[in-house]
Amino acid sequence: MSTLAPAEEAAIAQAIGEARARATPLLLAGHATKDGVLRPVQAETTLSLKNHAGVTLYAPNELIISARAGTTLAEIEALVASAGQQIIAEPPDLTALLGTEGAQTLGGVVACNLSGPRRVTAGAMRDHVMGLRAVNGAGEIIRAGGRVLKNVTGLDLCKLLTGSFGTLAAITEITLKVLPAAETMATLVLPGLAARGGVAALSAALGAPFGASAAAWLPRAQAERVAELAPFAAAVALVRVEDFRPSVSYRGERLRALLTEFGAAEILDEAASRAVWRAVRDAAPLGEGEGNDAVWRVSVRPSAGPDIVAVVETLGGRCFLDWGGGLAWIAAEASAATHRAITQAARAAGGVWWLMRAPDALRASLDVVPAEPAPLAAIARRVKAAFDPAFILNPGRIHAGL
Amino acid sequence: MIDLPAPNPATLAARERIVAGLRALLPESGVIAEALRLKPYEADGLSAYRQVPLAVVLPETTEQVASVLRFCHENGVRVVPRGAGTSLSGGALPLADAVVVGLMRMNRILAIDYADRLAVVEPGVTNIGITEAVRGAGFFYAPDPSSQLACMIGGNVNMNSGGAHCLKYGVTANNLLGLKIVTIDGEIIEIGGAHLDAAGYDWLGILTGSEGQLAIVTEVTVRILRGPEGARAMLVAFRGNEIAGACVDAIITSGIIPVALEFMDRPAIHACEAFAHAGYPLDAEAMLIIEVEGSIAEQDDLLARIGAICRRFDPISLRISQSAEESAAIWKGRKGAFGAIGRISPDYLCMDGTIPTGRLPEVLRRIGEMSESYGLKVANIFHAGDGNLHPLIMFDANDPESFHRAEAFGADILKLCVEVGGCLTGEHGVGVEKRDLMTVQFNSVELDQQRRIKTAFDPDWLLNTAKVFPLTAALAPAVPHAA
Repeated sequence: MSTLAPAEEAAIAQAIGEARARATPLLLAGHATKDGVLRPVQAETTLSLKNHAGVTLYAPNELIISARAGTTLAEIEALVASAGQQIIAEPPDLTALLGTEGAQTLGGVVACNLSGPRRVTAGAMRDHVMGLRAVNGAGEIIRAGGRVLKNVTGLDLCKLLTGSFGTLAAITEITLKVLPAAETMATLVLPGLAARGGVAALSAALGAPFGASAAAWLPRAQAERVAELAPFAAAVALVRVEDFRPSVSYRGERLRALLTEFGAAEILDEAASRAVWRAVRDAAPLGEGEGNDAVWRVSVRPSAGPDIVAVVETLGGRCFLDWGGGLAWIAAEASAATHRAITQAARAAGGVWWLMRAPDALRASLDVVPAEPAPLAAIARRVKAAFDPAFILNPGRIHAGL
Repeated sequence: MIDLPAPNPATLAARERIVAGLRALLPESGVIAEALRLKPYEADGLSAYRQVPLAVVLPETTEQVASVLRFCHENGVRVVPRGAGTSLSGGALPLADAVVVGLMRMNRILAIDYADRLAVVEPGVTNIGITEAVRGAGFFYAPDPSSQLACMIGGNVNMNSGGAHCLKYGVTANNLLGLKIVTIDGEIIEIGGAHLDAAGYDWLGILTGSEGQLAIVTEVTVRILRGPEGARAMLVAFRGNEIAGACVDAIITSGIIPVALEFMDRPAIHACEAFAHAGYPLDAEAMLIIEVEGSIAEQDDLLARIGAICRRFDPISLRISQSAEESAAIWKGRKGAFGAIGRISPDYLCMDGTIPTGRLPEVLRRIGEMSESYGLKVANIFHAGDGNLHPLIMFDANDPESFHRAEAFGADILKLCVEVGGCLTGEHGVGVEKRDLMTVQFNSVELDQQRRIKTAFDPDWLLNTAKVFPLTAALAPAVPHAA
């Protein structure tokens, strides 16, 4: 195994161009905190973007920040926080869950399109990538999008590359839309609701005119892993409100009144709310790297979230729901049979899955995301070739052979 | 004038056979081939460009669309998708050798689900039609292009349409969950669904805004949102564009994102006031319409915060709407801006660049200089929060020289947008109008990358040919990587 870690984009382009000429596969990485997600890549050489780092533009008045891919997310979060702003999609830090170490990079978060609790109301990472620079598999530098908030010029390569797990191009620089951070937040806690009642409460909250910004449901066992929720000693439905102080108190009370049919809600203050939503964001309620369990994310229509919960219960696994019920975080036995049961449940609900953590042998042999219908798989293969003609970038990361 | 490719003589010669083939696939009323009935399809909202197509088909089902595309693919016939034909960039402009696939008969709302906050609709449902269908439950579909009474969701998807309220709610791409598409070889594929994130490549993302280059959309799953308790507008007038621009910056950096933040310059204020009688300040150089949402108390709180900021910029006037009617009148002027310009100039071109918001004063000054040197009036309307600029260039279509000057003026404005760090189009799309300017924004490596994606979906370049990509290379199907 060898690792290249050039600091300059031109050197990254040269490395990829040479790899293409020799038809040598490359494993793309930042600090490799998410290496265990999806399928393992068979590559002798790692091309790390960790040294291609630094913020290149920050214009708070234009809601825009640009940074090279190797910049740590923590650095960007701290910078925008200093101007009272935030990364909109609230991306998670999964290092504890995945059992990895190091600071994740902006490039990694964008390449994996990872979003946190605010995704349900404010969009995913892919919704806020306004511009990119990248090196395709031919070693060519390409720009997509720009540094403005509204742009429909040409095909939207920003969206195609975001979430492509490094299989189309090495993203070298990213321009994100940012937004002001709310002055404060509060969280309504409705204890004692089973999954279906909990999701119904979340739907009622998200369907109300009171600007809920996040909505999650945790069964008792998962709630008890979060210090601020443990005292409830029950399953909890959680609804977050973020805004100026007068709005947060007003909306919290209106939501409490609206949700009385689901029980009496308690309201957590800002400090407790921050801790709770950080835990939800990072999937901490599943427990950190516990035993040999595998971890899945399942995305379904919110009302189908409880169906996924029911299946996980029969498997003896652990799970909780974010995104108003539409995202299930699941930990269960790392076996092909468990994978089959979870993916069947996701498919039956019309949804999709990502295998986030599993032993290498297992994740190499499974459909870590749903297989695409044949006509779409053929297009995917041609799109892959359109970026990476020698199929050298993260081969097999999403689908075998792609 | 923008060039269109020479029609394929073989296709023109086979016209009767092609029409007969299409008639075999569709109900009798679904194929139009008579000259008189083809005429209404010769142009879209970019009405300076006209071309009668070979034929028009009006399918009613996804399967009919698939059969038409399969037939066109097998016979090497070009296809131009069309919704309501409101494109301002010529996105639906026909070609002489192309079959226009009009989707207006596919106009059913298939499902509404309030618990999961989505609606499933066919492409011919109008933008406002979705909101009207869910308004009773207090919901709405967020993107609100000015053409929303007429434009159709299929077109919105293909152009990634925006609107005045996308500063808060995002553009079309941010409000979609799923699509049903038909590829040029007639395959029906479902993308996404009722869930938020999809796995694999972001097909929804690349298809949205693809201007009919990749596939035809026959079903759309949109997010619907619960509307706010209320909304109210404020109108603030300033002594200069620079001052108004600085005020916008101050509002955004204070941590407030109004639901809309619209800027009009002096000519736009005058034209819209003459049309809408909204009480716009005629002594102002620039004006902002600022809208906030929430309960009455929340509106009061936000308007007080914004008002305090505006007062630091020495406004000529600051008027907070006192009623829903007054807010509606304020918006009537803005949303009717195109019609208003139409009253004072026989014809106008509506441009659509985006700029970094901080560059607004400089860009307006330079547009003013160009206006003088071209001898054509211009009014500027600007989605100030997100940098999307709409200069309306006035000309006389009866005078071809005036039209050519207007086109050259428009091209210069868009080049300026790119020069200051912006882009050619914020929400109207490239279409045929800005096709030849693509080389200003993208280099050949970048354009070839986009072309190869087009080829991956549409290997023979039959879908909406001669749009988006500069012409010469656009007609060369495959663009392989250099060895």
